[in-house]
Amino acid sequence: MSAQPLTTLSSPHTAGDKHQYTVAVAGNPNAGKTTLFNALTGLRQKVANYPGVTVETKSGVWALDEQSSAVVVDLPGLYSLNATSIDEQIARDVLLGRESSNTRKLPNPDVILLVVDATNLSRNLYLTTQVIESGAPVVVALTMFDLAQRSGMDIDVELLSAELGAPVVPVVARKRSGLDVLAKTVASVARSGRARHQVNVVSEKRDSEEFREILVNRYRHIEEITRKTFHRGNRAQVDLTSRIDSIVTHKVFGPVVLIAVMLLVFQTIFSWANLPMSLIENVFSQLSSFVRATLPPGLFTDLLADGVIAGVGGVLVFLPQILLLFFFISMLEDSGYMARAAFLIDRLMRGLGLDGKAFLPLLSSFACAVPGIMATRTIENRKDRFATMMVAPFMSCSARLPVYTLMIAACFSRQRVFGFLSLGVLIILTMYTLGIVVAIAVAWVLKRTILNAPAPPFVMELPIYRVPNFTNVAQTMFTSAGLFVKRAGTVILAISILLWALTAFPRAGANIAPAQQVSDSFAGRAGRFIEPAIKPLGFDWKIGIGLITSFAARETIVSTLNVVYNVGDEGQGSSSLVDTMLRAKRPDGTPVWTPLVAVSLMVFFVLACQCMSTLAIVRRETNSWRWPLFMVSYMLVLAYVASLLTFQGGKLLGFS
Amino acid sequence: MKPEATTQSDSQPLTLDNIPIGMWAHVLNVVGNGLNAMRLMEMGLVPGAPVSVVRSAPLGDPIQIRIRDYHLALRRGEARMISVILAD
Repeated sequence: MSAQPLTTLSSPHTAGDKHQYTVAVAGNPNAGKTTLFNALTGLRQKVANYPGVTVETKSGVWALDEQSSAVVVDLPGLYSLNATSIDEQIARDVLLGRESSNTRKLPNPDVILLVVDATNLSRNLYLTTQVIESGAPVVVALTMFDLAQRSGMDIDVELLSAELGAPVVPVVARKRSGLDVLAKTVASVARSGRARHQVNVVSEKRDSEEFREILVNRYRHIEEITRKTFHRGNRAQVDLTSRIDSIVTHKVFGPVVLIAVMLLVFQTIFSWANLPMSLIENVFSQLSSFVRATLPPGLFTDLLADGVIAGVGGVLVFLPQILLLFFFISMLEDSGYMARAAFLIDRLMRGLGLDGKAFLPLLSSFACAVPGIMATRTIENRKDRFATMMVAPFMSCSARLPVYTLMIAACFSRQRVFGFLSLGVLIILTMYTLGIVVAIAVAWVLKRTILNAPAPPFVMELPIYRVPNFTNVAQTMFTSAGLFVKRAGTVILAISILLWALTAFPRAGANIAPAQQVSDSFAGRAGRFIEPAIKPLGFDWKIGIGLITSFAARETIVSTLNVVYNVGDEGQGSSSLVDTMLRAKRPDGTPVWTPLVAVSLMVFFVLACQCMSTLAIVRRETNSWRWPLFMVSYMLVLAYVASLLTFQGGKLLGFS
Repeated sequence: MKPEATTQSDSQPLTLDNIPIGMWAHVLNVVGNGLNAMRLMEMGLVPGAPVSVVRSAPLGDPIQIRIRDYHLALRRGEARMISVILAD
């Protein structure tokens, strides 16, 4: 449904009077593939999902010359045709022209553009020689050619081309130099229509002696090629990288730099993003009031104001955090620092059963799980990535703070521990810790059960440092924001209209107080219906309504309580809500809100996935409803059990 | 962590996880289960290739090595699969 069919890529071979070819861009990770792809296609790119898997490819159009253009498809990075992950398998199948369920919809490329990092020739040539030997029509783009030259390396391009048996074009994608020659070369190879003669180069029995021999011989062959064509220089640029590394991976300064970088990221999305976010919220609430004031009161106006406008606002409000987080992620990735951060923290994260790269997504989730879950795409290993997604919502996000604050204001105000510590602060810290501890435990269990897999080798390239490329950064930011709005936004909008309908129907009639409307609505009935189930947690049906409506977003429970306690419009500050809450009584005359109820509710909010946006983004990132459904179910069970233990255990211990 | 006991106890074979930092060595062999060993070799760690350990992470693991013209991070468990001989 959301996956854009890849058939759109296989456009007819003539667009207008121009000939249109298909070019697949492939290469090692960090070889400059993305920069070249962006330079060739510009900012107009399409993102497509492979059916059934979480791998995405981007495609764009590249004008080759007057007569022809090419649809360029960016394949996932790979080191070898011996694929170890699903991303690599897809790239391999396209490169070898294999039919598979994943590539069936991809056109067989007319030309394969292999991106080879000139500063790291011999390892890059491993994949290159594999692909060329398969008989595929290859053009080699020798990237970072300027860097190689500046560090004194000398590459005999013509000889290299002759040795490899494929045209080699040196390019500097950032400066757009060499791109014309590349276009001409690709066009002429495409026009020659060289038939691919399939050779099975890769033995599938990977641990066989035979394969070992092929591998060693291939490197021997590569060493021969580089001995003839490549002369090492003084390595100035690599020295700069080593100098930076001696600080940022230093035993003492390394962690200090890492903490500083992470604090900056966190501070930005937790705090500085609030300004544009409240701006968006204000604009949409103004718009909502404007609609109310202009249109006659009625169902349509309600739908528009409370359902649609609030829903659209609820989607767009995520954009500042997503844009800012992806700004940092692409800066960190593009500069080469991300690999260092994973290097520093891998040992710690492995103790938790997660990948080193899980740290940033989890940290981001303290601001909001939605950008956090989107950030998991930096984790290459699929199972580690899913495990990280599944535990990310346990990080206490900023939407839980209003809930904690209300509970503390209502039940723990001005209490202190040891005379100076505010009890409220202590409780909030406990809630954060609870989330972290549960996340570690769940990750541990997941990695030993449904996400169990033999650990893939942790071999991570530490690329040379580069100044981040503006186009790459902008591209990453806007692609992620666009995908969020298109793929997750529609789900969020639909659910928020549904949740609105739950409180708006059945219609209680005109001139009915909002509290009465909510109480008689489907949500109200549902609140009463679940009351027997939530009573052991200490909650009554009014809290039950809050649990249902807060599925829109956790902080919604505060405004719902405002409505069900009939606080009214003039006193929406929390103080009047707190007063009303404290006066609320159960049928037996005991107060509804006690410290124990407040703690039980907070525990519930730490652990339950009360957030449709999180589920929508998990659905989008995993490309299936299975994972979000699993997530919401297991988190609900955990939340229920923990709240039950809190409330019943607390009562046994004599708390109230 | 100790390297696995071997029969030739007098000349303990060196593995990439226990050579001194900064010193160059040559890869002798990559042992161990298929997939991991192959991936390491495909990354350029084939017999004869010069390699050196640049540093270890602050928590002792993983380690950063230099192989061919680039830097690679790998865990000590994987480094232990790579037997080396020190260069003169």
